[in-house]
Amino acid sequence: MTNFKIAEPQTIDQVTSLTIDKKDKYKLMAGGTDLLAEIKDEIIEPEVVVDLKSIPDLSYIKKEKNGVRIGALTSLARLAEDTLIKNEYPALHEAANSVASPQLRNMGTAGGNLCQRPRCWYYRDPQVKCRKKGGGRCFAFRGKNKYHAILGGGLCYIVHPSDLAPALIALDAEISINSPKGNTTIPLTNFYTLPKINVRKENILAPNEVLREIKIPLIKKEEKSTYSKFIERGTWDFAIVSAAVKGTVSGGIFRDITIVLGGVAPVPWRLTKAENIIKGKKITEDLVRKATREALKEAKPLEENGYKKELAEIVLYRAVLSLL
Amino acid sequence: MEKTKKKKRKTFTRRDFLKGFGGGALSAAVVPQLLAHDIDSLRTKKGNIPLFSKKQISLTVNEKKFSLVVEPAETLLHVLREKLNLTGTKTMCARGECGGCTVLLDGNPVYSCLYLAVRADGKKITTIEGLATKEKLHPVQQAFIEKDGYQCGFCTPGFIISSVALLNKNNNPTLEETKNALSGNLCRCGNYSRIHEAVAAASKNMRRA
Repeated sequence: MTNFKIAEPQTIDQVTSLTIDKKDKYKLMAGGTDLLAEIKDEIIEPEVVVDLKSIPDLSYIKKEKNGVRIGALTSLARLAEDTLIKNEYPALHEAANSVASPQLRNMGTAGGNLCQRPRCWYYRDPQVKCRKKGGGRCFAFRGKNKYHAILGGGLCYIVHPSDLAPALIALDAEISINSPKGNTTIPLTNFYTLPKINVRKENILAPNEVLREIKIPLIKKEEKSTYSKFIERGTWDFAIVSAAVKGTVSGGIFRDITIVLGGVAPVPWRLTKAENIIKGKKITEDLVRKATREALKEAKPLEENGYKKELAEIVLYRAVLSLL
Repeated sequence: MEKTKKKKRKTFTRRDFLKGFGGGALSAAVVPQLLAHDIDSLRTKKGNIPLFSKKQISLTVNEKKFSLVVEPAETLLHVLREKLNLTGTKTMCARGECGGCTVLLDGNPVYSCLYLAVRADGKKITTIEGLATKEKLHPVQQAFIEKDGYQCGFCTPGFIISSVALLNKNNNPTLEETKNALSGNLCRCGNYSRIHEAVAAASKNMRRA
């Protein structure tokens, strides 16, 4: 691994007052499992790694009267084990439990999971200079693209690898960001950006901004949620397609429903059209499949990933069934 | 960084050579305490952020205390193997995918290949070398021997550490729970069923004891 210096800030303000004068000079590190793998693979070569874990009190799960607050450095293992999360936000519990392996869940953090870089094999190959790394083309477009995006591609066909993101967006989560300009709280769904906004990045975070906290509103009465993840191996992997569903259901009918897919686009993908079709109707496999097809009409699969459209129908149906 | 040092062909075995080298590196690393003051700082409007190109750390490995100087890019795996001479923890993929480097960090299994040594300051580490007490093997180690829980044996230290972590929390796991707890470890010989049998046997013995 190329050497770097390590900075140990004591407050978030110190991090946000760092001046970013040179590209990729500083990199912020939470759990480090993604960042260090990128440094080892020579995809990035930061001069300074800023260790966010040296800042005290960024790991917590607090229940309050209008919801739950989760510190960005809370480990995925702690999130997966928490009984409040398990009972009230099963989608988040299931998503956290499905991330990687026990070892990585002990190391990785909630905030880090939301900010991780894509798994595209062209991006992860140090020999390949794709658009995301400042090059001139997306090699997945006419290359090997079995795992790539069917929606929202264009300049770059990565899929966002986070499991927590679809679940949290379905749960209407917000995030608090500390930035040099001040602190803001935004819906998590507004955090992620498509390649056409900035092909080099997957979200709005600047190098000296810190995702500090995740806030999830209280669940409504009788509200249920789930996260269903399809992977290719028997054990841990990134999602090929995943579906986070939240809603209130009675007598086999959803009174309201929120659906977010993972693994299909460079950002978590909300299926508003499918929600409208499913809402108020008796759930059948046909209905869910038709709703998914309708919502994915605009999908433009590449040569090898057309199967994701049909897979999304099944994954969503499984998720919906588990809430009935 | 975790690449094995070029070996010289002499009458030593590879293991002797590597162990000898590790010992030398240990004394070299522990002596020059002055290096620990290799500190710079990043100036910001909200105060200076300490910046290290070398750092003195203290950690407890298998109940023994060590104090040494490490560079920021050194992983815990590197320090264990190359500086503390504990070569039981294996370097396999070195990128957090296979589990060969699994150690317990304050009781929880982690991949030491993706864990920076600077972060291990003040932590308690348990490696495969820390499980046996004197001549008596840990029940998990004993069960792996009795149930043929390994073939080539290279992934075994990682599997044993993950199994110990599981049984410390849950002394009577179901097969499903065992599979989940060991899902971060790969065995390229494909010996999984024997490994799961070994964990079941160890669990039985530990409950009886």
